[in-house]
Amino acid sequence: MNARVQPSVSACPACAAAPSAADLAERAAPAGARLLLSVPAVHCAGCISSIERDLHRMEGVRSARLNLTLKRLSVDAAPEIDAQAVIDRLDRLGYEAHELDPGTLSMTETDKQGRDLLMRLGVAGFAMMNIMLLSVAVWAGASDATRDMFHLISAMIAIPTVAFSGQPFFRNALAGLRAGRLGMDAPISLAIVLTVVISLFETLHSGQHAYFEASVMLTFFLLAGRYLDFRARAVARSAAQELAALEVPRAIRLEGGAEVPVSVADLAQGDLVLVRPGGRMPVDGEIVAGRSELDRALLTGETLPVVAAPGAQVSTGEVNLTGPLTVRVTAAGRDSSLHRMADLVAAAESARNRYTTLADRAARAYAPTIPLLSLGAFVAWMWISGGDLRLSVNIAVATLIITCPCALGLAVPAVVTAASGRLFRKGLLIKDGTALERLAEVDTVVFDKTGTLTMGMPVPDNLDDHPTRALSVALALAEGSGHPLARALAKALRDRGLDPAVVEELREAPGYGVQGIWQGEPVKLGRAGWVGATHAATTGAYLCIGDATHSFTFTDALRPGAEEVVQALKAQGKDVWLISGDVAPAVEAMARRLGIPQWQAGALPQEKAARIAALQEAGHKVLMVGDGLNDTVALSAAHVSISPATALDAARAASDMVLLGRDIGPIADALRTARSSVRRIRENFWQSGIYNAVFVPVALLGYCTPLWAAVVMSLSSITVSLNALRLK
Amino acid sequence: MEVLAILIPVSLFLGLLGLGAFYWTLKRGMYDDPEGDSRRILNPEFDDAPKPVEKDKP
Repeated sequence: MNARVQPSVSACPACAAAPSAADLAERAAPAGARLLLSVPAVHCAGCISSIERDLHRMEGVRSARLNLTLKRLSVDAAPEIDAQAVIDRLDRLGYEAHELDPGTLSMTETDKQGRDLLMRLGVAGFAMMNIMLLSVAVWAGASDATRDMFHLISAMIAIPTVAFSGQPFFRNALAGLRAGRLGMDAPISLAIVLTVVISLFETLHSGQHAYFEASVMLTFFLLAGRYLDFRARAVARSAAQELAALEVPRAIRLEGGAEVPVSVADLAQGDLVLVRPGGRMPVDGEIVAGRSELDRALLTGETLPVVAAPGAQVSTGEVNLTGPLTVRVTAAGRDSSLHRMADLVAAAESARNRYTTLADRAARAYAPTIPLLSLGAFVAWMWISGGDLRLSVNIAVATLIITCPCALGLAVPAVVTAASGRLFRKGLLIKDGTALERLAEVDTVVFDKTGTLTMGMPVPDNLDDHPTRALSVALALAEGSGHPLARALAKALRDRGLDPAVVEELREAPGYGVQGIWQGEPVKLGRAGWVGATHAATTGAYLCIGDATHSFTFTDALRPGAEEVVQALKAQGKDVWLISGDVAPAVEAMARRLGIPQWQAGALPQEKAARIAALQEAGHKVLMVGDGLNDTVALSAAHVSISPATALDAARAASDMVLLGRDIGPIADALRTARSSVRRIRENFWQSGIYNAVFVPVALLGYCTPLWAAVVMSLSSITVSLNALRLK
Repeated sequence: MEVLAILIPVSLFLGLLGLGAFYWTLKRGMYDDPEGDSRRILNPEFDDAPKPVEKDKP
């Protein structure tokens, strides 16, 4: 039995046997297989050409294009090519890749929205330039008929532009007002529309001032902020959606000896379900027949597989490794342990969603003052001027333009874009817009062990103790099994350039190991007792050739950067915790090796979450770093959370940031970047606040000409953007 | 001042031309991968002849 189901390209019968048929199929369904992969390590022109050239040579691939900005590879391939084949091919080139959800709808939807915003931004930009050309002429001294004509032409450009480009604001403002909220978009829309209306009125009555360039400029700068904001979020959203659904949609039900594939939703308590090697448990249940091993690492954090025999309890999501199992269902669907976990996650997440960002707080304080101030200016000038409507409205509009938060709209997105771009280049993807701000507040960091601080896969560490002869036999046997230890052994031996010995009658004894005949002698690779070897203290696999036995010991490799990140965090004055579901000796050894003072072993998912809740209760802001299903509740309970890209999708979904590369080091940088970006955001608020404080009185006194409005608006927007770029 | 009758239409036309060019580049997906495109010019492939157009139909 082999649990690895990895169709390789050359073995694909359709390609080899009937290329013309494959061609025909391609033409019939050109959109059939569009694969999207995240390749976090690409960074240069060499990466682009080596990946693209290699994939073009791959049979069945029609085109491959690497997007360096998004570090994403899109492959257009024949339907029989699957993502795993491409991932394997990239692995041979030395690039780590993860499949992304080609969930075509959401992806193209995001693309369309982005292009739509960019189009509106472009129209506003070109209109702004043309109107400015005419406005400069007016400011330079054009008068009378010439001025009126220039204003009229400006109006002809500005009105359609605002009608088209301002739509995102108008739509949001309407939706907000209907829901009874006064967001930032309502005063913005008011300012844009009122400015155009007043300017049109002034133009038609040969007035001296028209603010067309101000309204288009306002639209342009605010759209720029909106677009940056959108881009930062869209990149993260699409990359975080990965495949590999945890819940198996279908299961095999045994009905009187016959195997019937059914939907998991149709399973009821008491049904018998067959789970093949390599498959995930679709339900909670009890094993009634079969013998195998279960990989529970993602649920509990245990590194080693556990033996599964009749009578043992299994939970949804565990992976069956070696032999087929028959399971009697005890809980399915909504009652299963996985679903209960999902409910806990949902509850924890809703608590976190109440976080209000700096921008929210600023907008909430600032939004009502804009219309109030300009209304105040209008009323005051009506009284001062003794009822001069035209003058009062003009001053009210000037106040509205000056107070309108051009720079405020850019203050946060510009910094977040700069920060997320910087972190993205280091291999950290921000999924949630508020995550940076929350990350800046963190004072305690909690790590999970298996799969987070370690790679989550065992590596043999004593290969040099064995003769080459024994190693090549071990390789032949190991390749016949899907057991994690066997796979790790096979990979390590292959990496040494060994060839497998010729072993006949290879077969797997589920739950025990693999056996065969080599040069007339029986050979076995597996558990100590079954092989006939003495059990060593550490994790191991045992090989016997005839009567001679060899033992292979394994360690879980440390994730690169793990030591550095713990050091760096301690240097930054953070409390570091290690909380794992694994057994105490393993956790203690890891804690000592990395110098983590506080650790907890054998923690159940709820206990992890409870520990984090207790820490937060005590006033700490916790960053949780974890990868497993057992971490999901803790990830969503923590103030902010990070998971590696190799994590389960449930864990990735629950966390705010995803670590794309293998290296865990960027986490320390992320904390530093987060703190400096929050500082920049505050500075930006101050800067735009100062501009307002200086120029609002000018506008209120009636001295604000369109020229001043334009100068203030562009100056404050540019200083805010430049400040954001200063981010280190 | 009569020159305005020529200059204004010309400036408007140039503006529209720019907008049209922007629209075209946007539709062709030229803003999808700014970083990658800036590196691709270093790639010696297709230096002598343009990349052959992939045909949808045989």
